[in-house]
Amino acid sequence: MTLAVFFGCTFIAFGPALSLFLFTIARDPLRIIILIAGAFFWLVSLLLSSLIWFIAVKASDPRDEALQRGLLIFGVMFSVLLQEAFRFLYYKLLRKAIEGLVALSEDGCSPISIQQMAYVAGVGFGLMSGAFSMINLLADALGPGTVGIHGDSQLYFLTSAFMTMVLIFLHTFWGILFFHGCENRRWWEIAAVVLMHLAVSGSTFWNPLYVGSLVPSYLLMAAAAVWAYLLSGGSAQNLRRFLLCSQSGASPQLAS
Amino acid sequence: MAAAAGSPRLPAWCGALRGLLLAVLAAGSCHGNSVERKIYIPLNKTAPCVRLLNATHQIGCQSSISGDTGVIHVVEKEEDLNWVLADGPHPPYMILLDGNLFNRKVLMQLKGTSRVSGLAVSIAKPNPPQGFSPGLKCPNDGFGVYSKDYGPQYAHCNTTVWNPLGSGISYEDFDFPIFLLEDANETQVIKQCYQDHNVPRDGSGPEYPLCAMQLFSHMHAVTSTVTCMRRNSIQNTFSINPETVCDPLLDYNVWSTLQPINSSGKVDREKEVIIVATRIDSHSFFWNIAPGAESAVSSFVTHLAAAEALHKASDVHLLQRNVMFTFFQGETFDYIGSSRMVYDMEKDKFPLRLDNIHSFVELNQVALRNGSVLWMHTDPVSWMNESVQTQVRNLLDILSNSSVGANVTLQEAGYSQPLPPSSFQRFLRARHIPGVVLTDHQAAFQNRYYQSMYDTPENIRMQYPEGLSPEETLEYVTDTAKSLAEVATVVARALYRLAGGANNTSAIQADPKTVTRMLYGFLIKMNNSWFQSIIKPDLKGILGDVPQHYVAVSSPVNTTYLVQYVLANLTGTVVNLTKEECLNPDKAPNTEKELYDYAWVQGSLDPNSTTRVPYCVRSTVHLTKALSPAFELRQWGSTEYSTWTESRWKEIRARIFLVASKELEIITLVVGIAILVFSLLATHFINAKADVLFSIPRDPGAVAY
Repeated sequence: MTLAVFFGCTFIAFGPALSLFLFTIARDPLRIIILIAGAFFWLVSLLLSSLIWFIAVKASDPRDEALQRGLLIFGVMFSVLLQEAFRFLYYKLLRKAIEGLVALSEDGCSPISIQQMAYVAGVGFGLMSGAFSMINLLADALGPGTVGIHGDSQLYFLTSAFMTMVLIFLHTFWGILFFHGCENRRWWEIAAVVLMHLAVSGSTFWNPLYVGSLVPSYLLMAAAAVWAYLLSGGSAQNLRRFLLCSQSGASPQLAS
Repeated sequence: MAAAAGSPRLPAWCGALRGLLLAVLAAGSCHGNSVERKIYIPLNKTAPCVRLLNATHQIGCQSSISGDTGVIHVVEKEEDLNWVLADGPHPPYMILLDGNLFNRKVLMQLKGTSRVSGLAVSIAKPNPPQGFSPGLKCPNDGFGVYSKDYGPQYAHCNTTVWNPLGSGISYEDFDFPIFLLEDANETQVIKQCYQDHNVPRDGSGPEYPLCAMQLFSHMHAVTSTVTCMRRNSIQNTFSINPETVCDPLLDYNVWSTLQPINSSGKVDREKEVIIVATRIDSHSFFWNIAPGAESAVSSFVTHLAAAEALHKASDVHLLQRNVMFTFFQGETFDYIGSSRMVYDMEKDKFPLRLDNIHSFVELNQVALRNGSVLWMHTDPVSWMNESVQTQVRNLLDILSNSSVGANVTLQEAGYSQPLPPSSFQRFLRARHIPGVVLTDHQAAFQNRYYQSMYDTPENIRMQYPEGLSPEETLEYVTDTAKSLAEVATVVARALYRLAGGANNTSAIQADPKTVTRMLYGFLIKMNNSWFQSIIKPDLKGILGDVPQHYVAVSSPVNTTYLVQYVLANLTGTVVNLTKEECLNPDKAPNTEKELYDYAWVQGSLDPNSTTRVPYCVRSTVHLTKALSPAFELRQWGSTEYSTWTESRWKEIRARIFLVASKELEIITLVVGIAILVFSLLATHFINAKADVLFSIPRDPGAVAY
């Protein structure tokens, strides 16, 4: 009954992203377009970085294990840098798009703000990254077998699903942080995003010691979540009010 | 009516789910992707057991359409079976059976239980000493000459059981897949996986994850030939893209005459012909594994050597009677080749008629002679007929006289004993022809591995010294080759006398060097330099696998091609024609195209160069179709002609992997559903109260988060 593993891992990896999509993105066609375009930008960055890695691998000796591992590390780092570069390019594109939307609108302001675009772009990057991480694993999860005959850990599917979930969240928060840094000319925010991305990708080299990759990633995700929340206009006060209001069930007080 | 089993109607959303699954699968199904390599170990060197059907039954094995999976259990002694049949806590089991336990008793126990999902048999090395034959005790019963109308006391092996070791398991119907593991390394990998994960520790059952195996061998045809041919014709009539479910077993018979005859005309009624016959096919429990060393190869190699020897006589063109060397295909399956030839002769579709046949000599299993004795079997029923008796007596005397001086003692098997299963029986059904069948056994077969995978060169005592290169092994003359060459010499001399020759027969001698090369090529390595030099240039790709002689459904098989070209090489002559003339003999003058067959063969490799010197061979070798008359007459349920068909299938493969416990899978699913539900609820609340959570000063009218 490995249909159970298939659906379990799908829901773990894509459940939060699906709920984000359904409730915040699906109603607005403009957001959907930005989502898809963001996914496409991530895809192009992956294509280019995999091309570089592929050429490097074919040009080198396949039997040299240390060299191949070194090339893999180089490939991953190069891919991270290229993804962030494409995030920057996408920011530039969306800035241009806002000018166009302002020109087309009736009341002189854009129907969508750059912060909302940042969030949707992040979700787009995250979804495509998650899809590439997870889809071929899910296809093999459908078969009767589980990982382990060559000595690998049995928890391979579960940990990959959790890693994908955290990566989707991280891309969302990095989108918000990155665009905020570009918008307000705070380069240290951009550098922080790049460093966090490098750290998370680098931690996956600890696998199959899964505690070495999942724990740091979740910690970084919590940090990025808090930072993104604060940058988006949240505060501890708002959070308390949200929690108390939903507990007491009283009607919320509109913020000024 | 659909050919495949009908599936129940599914709701529409299932189609969407299938589409999604297909998309997901397409993404991950690239050849050998790394996650798949982490999970599965494919077993590459396996042979399946496939389904064969005849007019009334189906035999063989079947798996479900998406493969059968089971937890591996290694059975090396009979007590291990109890775990599978009763004690084991994780049924169904996939059994890895030691070759010595592959017998009827164990298989019938496995057939009766639902705790077995498949069987993988490892080949026993050395051959099981007690003998092993999955064929019937009475081969081709009911399709020979003995029936309730003709010699009823001899029918159904009442007098002599030919194959007493026969267990008949090839002719049983199993509903689980059975595979043969040919590679000892793969068997060791499976046993290692079993030792690591499946062995019970401390008396309790083994714990998950367990090592499991999956076998795919889904067969499309069911029930019988009648059903599957009917479904074929329905598919062909009504479907745009017809799906055939089974194919008749068919191939080609190879025949050649000593004096050339017009293959498209008819031979005069007065001209008499002596037919020499052997079979060239064999069978075993598993598909495409049929080494047939004693049951087929020994006889046709002797026949080929005898043909070469007879052609050395100086006055072949002056002989009174002609000799036809015939090699029948499909004899294992109720005499496909010989029944077709008899049918063609009766219906005037063959250059010869039954009236032309003067006598019949057949060679059957001649390699395991006890001492130097070769037995001559005759038909006791036609012995009662005076004229036939005289002719048979004459035949036996000529044979005995030809063995003078050779290390072969011919003895008569007895007038109260019926004929062994042989192609001669089909000819006797049509006409009382005098004939004899030569074998190395008087009553029961000497061959203890009749129609099994153990009928290998070791069975006919072919031994080579150590350390020889392939070329040296090709040329090394074994004792078996010498023994078969003696038999061939006796047969050739007898045929010369039978055909009316009066001269001294000392020149008629079979060459042991040719015999040993043929034995090497047909039993050990088909891709050798001699075979390479005698075949057509565009056929050189067919050589290369381990030699086996199953009749199969695509024709001609390698064996038929090679017998044809070897016969052409041994009995034909080299003619000085160019390639165009050889390939189109009508254009060249003086070729007498109706009498001869011209073949452009690639020739041998010069030792110093890489090119070959091709040449043209003229011979009297022809092929005729060996398809059972039941399929020509469209009588699928015929009890008179062979109705064997082989089912079709889509994929046959095997793999091993680990399976996780059901608890872990359910936990994964529950966690996934919990995360999905929680994230839906959380996102809904955050979205609904977004204006509370995010307080950015903005102009009225802007869209909130």
